[in-house]
Amino acid sequence: MGDSRESVDNGVLELDYTVSRLLEKKGVSRRDFMKFCSAMSAALALPATFAPKIAQALDEVKRPTLVWLEFQDCAGDTEALLRASNPTVAEIVLDVLSVDYHETIMAAAGHQAEEILAKVVKEQKGKYIVVVEGSIPMKDDGVYCCVAGKTALATAREVCGSALATVAVGTCASFGGLPAANPNPTGAVGVKQAVPGATVINLPGCPLNADNLTATIVHFLVFGKLPATDSFGRPLFAYGKRIHDNCERRPHFDAGQYVEQWGSTAHAKGHCLYKMGCKGPETYHNCPTQKYNDKTSWPVGAGHGCAGCSEPQFWDTMTPLYKRLPNVPGFGIEATADKIGIGIAVATAAAFAAHGIISATRHGDESEGAKED
Amino acid sequence: MAKIVIDPITRIEGHLRIEAEVNNGKVSDAWSSSTMFRGIEKILKTRDPRDAWFFTQRFCGVCTTVHSIASIRAVENALNIKIPANAELIRNIIIGIQNVQDHVIHFYHLHALDWVDITSGLKADPAKTAALAASISDWPLNSATYFRGVQEKLKAFVAKGRLGPFANAYWGHPAYRLPPEANLMATAHYLEALEWQKDVIKIHAILGSKNPHPQTFLVGGMAIAIDPDSQNALNADKLMEIKRLLAKAREFVEKVYIPDLLAVASFYKEWAGIGGGVGNFLSYGDFPQPGSGQLWMPSGAIMGKDLSKVIPVSHEKVTEYVDHSWYEYSGGAGKGLHPWEGESEHKYSGPKPPFKNLDTDGKYSWVKAPRYEDQPMEVGPLARLLVAYASGHKEVKGAVDGVLHKLGVGPEALFSTLGRTAARGIDCLLIAQETPKWLDQLIDNIGKGDYKVHNNEKWDPATWPAEAAGYGWHEAPRGALGHWIKIKDQKILNYQAVVPSTWNASPRDAKGLRGPYEAALVGTPLADPNKPLEILRTIHSFDPCLACAVHVFDASGNEMVKVNVL
Repeated sequence: MGDSRESVDNGVLELDYTVSRLLEKKGVSRRDFMKFCSAMSAALALPATFAPKIAQALDEVKRPTLVWLEFQDCAGDTEALLRASNPTVAEIVLDVLSVDYHETIMAAAGHQAEEILAKVVKEQKGKYIVVVEGSIPMKDDGVYCCVAGKTALATAREVCGSALATVAVGTCASFGGLPAANPNPTGAVGVKQAVPGATVINLPGCPLNADNLTATIVHFLVFGKLPATDSFGRPLFAYGKRIHDNCERRPHFDAGQYVEQWGSTAHAKGHCLYKMGCKGPETYHNCPTQKYNDKTSWPVGAGHGCAGCSEPQFWDTMTPLYKRLPNVPGFGIEATADKIGIGIAVATAAAFAAHGIISATRHGDESEGAKED
Repeated sequence: MAKIVIDPITRIEGHLRIEAEVNNGKVSDAWSSSTMFRGIEKILKTRDPRDAWFFTQRFCGVCTTVHSIASIRAVENALNIKIPANAELIRNIIIGIQNVQDHVIHFYHLHALDWVDITSGLKADPAKTAALAASISDWPLNSATYFRGVQEKLKAFVAKGRLGPFANAYWGHPAYRLPPEANLMATAHYLEALEWQKDVIKIHAILGSKNPHPQTFLVGGMAIAIDPDSQNALNADKLMEIKRLLAKAREFVEKVYIPDLLAVASFYKEWAGIGGGVGNFLSYGDFPQPGSGQLWMPSGAIMGKDLSKVIPVSHEKVTEYVDHSWYEYSGGAGKGLHPWEGESEHKYSGPKPPFKNLDTDGKYSWVKAPRYEDQPMEVGPLARLLVAYASGHKEVKGAVDGVLHKLGVGPEALFSTLGRTAARGIDCLLIAQETPKWLDQLIDNIGKGDYKVHNNEKWDPATWPAEAAGYGWHEAPRGALGHWIKIKDQKILNYQAVVPSTWNASPRDAKGLRGPYEAALVGTPLADPNKPLEILRTIHSFDPCLACAVHVFDASGNEMVKVNVL
């Protein structure tokens, strides 16, 4: 999984203002702008030498409008956006995109708000980007989510259907998320399923990491097309590797050092959380490298296991939260199950004795997992 | 008589629709409708109770900690789990900064544009703006150069001819009263607050991995380990960073938010007589002191605006009606059910979309109608402060009297749109001043060698009774929040949340009593029914959060044998 690449080629847009000129007007220095471009090339997993190319591309970029739709959402992705790293410039880049409709922050309300949306769809057909937050209920003709008396489904068909591209932010918009969890009372689905004809890129996460949204938009502005994705429509630059493969606690996993109790010495010393239910081995996301809130921390870094929130249907497949994965599919980039815990035989044996672990091999985990069922 | 519809109500969390009748330039009647439903309680059934916090957290990404707190408290109450002192203090710090950040975002980014005309700020004199700002605060940034810079940015933005999120608003509306300088000052601080909130909420990331949706809550304690000698746990370095951020939070509230609030309020004093609402107020109280469990903010109810009497609150008196909501009770209409006995099956009976109007005589919302002793109740910072004020809470009394004195109004002014907005500021200030004390207590504990952050005794479900029931209370930024849970055979049998915006956005009940939004809108003057700015002012004063407000509860025929009450 994760290797089928697609890339979407989108046409050229009308040019009216260059980004850097706008930024200058807004009082953003060239130095800050270059700093932002460096951060973006890092987020896009490009070499640092790429920053000037990003700057050049942004200087020549064409400016589409952005509309942000909220359906069966909790506004978590909106809040994530408000916490984005590289805030000033990133926001301005979004602003440069002209955020014409966003219910949580826009000044207008009621029919004055709806007029704006209608105007964008009518006057900029095929040229604007739409961000969708929240799932779309399909059951009972879509009555479970109405805005301005219209169903989410009708709005999505109209707005996403006429857009240049749709970015589904968060797991709800990507795959249905929490509303779609068993028994899915409202028939909730992600955008791509609701509007199959739309060009959709998925940025799952609960909420998504806003850096990934900024990076996706910059990628689009720079290359004029959306980034390459995996089979779930997720950009490879952000979802191409498993949490487990980049995890700061990985050496403890390899050494067979696990947390077995919250608040224990092993927990305080940062040992592996696999036995506390961490879903990192089956989750594709760049949390360990990108982190959250200006690279302050991330779940495993703060002592709680990964919940697998960027995976489709994780609410059903990755829960119970604290139940360990029955087996770990492949131990990382090179390591095999046979090598786990044998690499440094003596140290590992000592650690095993200390923690009373019978075995950290795949076979051992399976039998332990079986005991828990 | 004209009926107007505002849908979507923007600058809130979630999907809210208001229908209102207007007579002679005033709102004569109003209906509050939530138009989105997810059914999360249904989804919770049969899951591990230790996971509930993670699911309920997704009720809302704005109130991103509140349902986690209420949920773990409910499970701990059901299973009679006592948490370590450090876990209680960490929770208090998380709750504290959540309130402070949420209130500031509400004032500047969700509410301010109802009072502040940003386009008028373009005409302001930056030097006079600096003089105005200096007269109310010694905030170091408030210079003529700074305000000129903001104005230049604003001018460039407007010159583009594309106002983005500021397009199509009610700019120039006759109900805007601020002079250009005050508008420029508030606009500058709107932008500043955007930067500030990002920084101070890093406290959640340090203690709990990220924000929104911190991943750190555990039944029995918290997941952030404590060890001054580890880089993978809460150590001196991280504690000092939290201290710095709490100081930064407090300074902004004291020097920017509160002075701005008072300055803006002084131009809108007539709003101290508009938007009163139901006059009943409910607070569950919060911020338990470790060990004693004594609440820093007291619980209580006030009925009919009578501040001479605070009624003790009992969870058994909470019921929910569905006579005007899209649900059905098996026992028929007209009855309210307690969350533990509650039941509902969602059943949409509204008009087929696309629709112009709802059937406001029948069922018209996904929000149920919660009642306390069969009365609608307002919850939120105003309710919290009134209960504390009437209980003789020293800090609250001092702060409230101080603000009333500055504005030259009496306590009756609190029962209004302006009072609600002012109360949120006072609430924010008091919590910003108190939270550092919980951090100091935590540092003190750690210094004495107490690193305990989780009670493992009942982590294993095998230790639980076959059946249990409990409830968890929390004063969220938006007010009284309660989660009720029943557990059977180590799984969730049923789960019910009665949340602040369910109380406030409530539709009518069996007796036809209006909910707080609806009651508060009656009598609101409208200068132009086509631009109902005044309706937004009152609705936004409640800080609506509609995703939270809607949920569904599943019936179970099982009587619970025993209830643990804290």
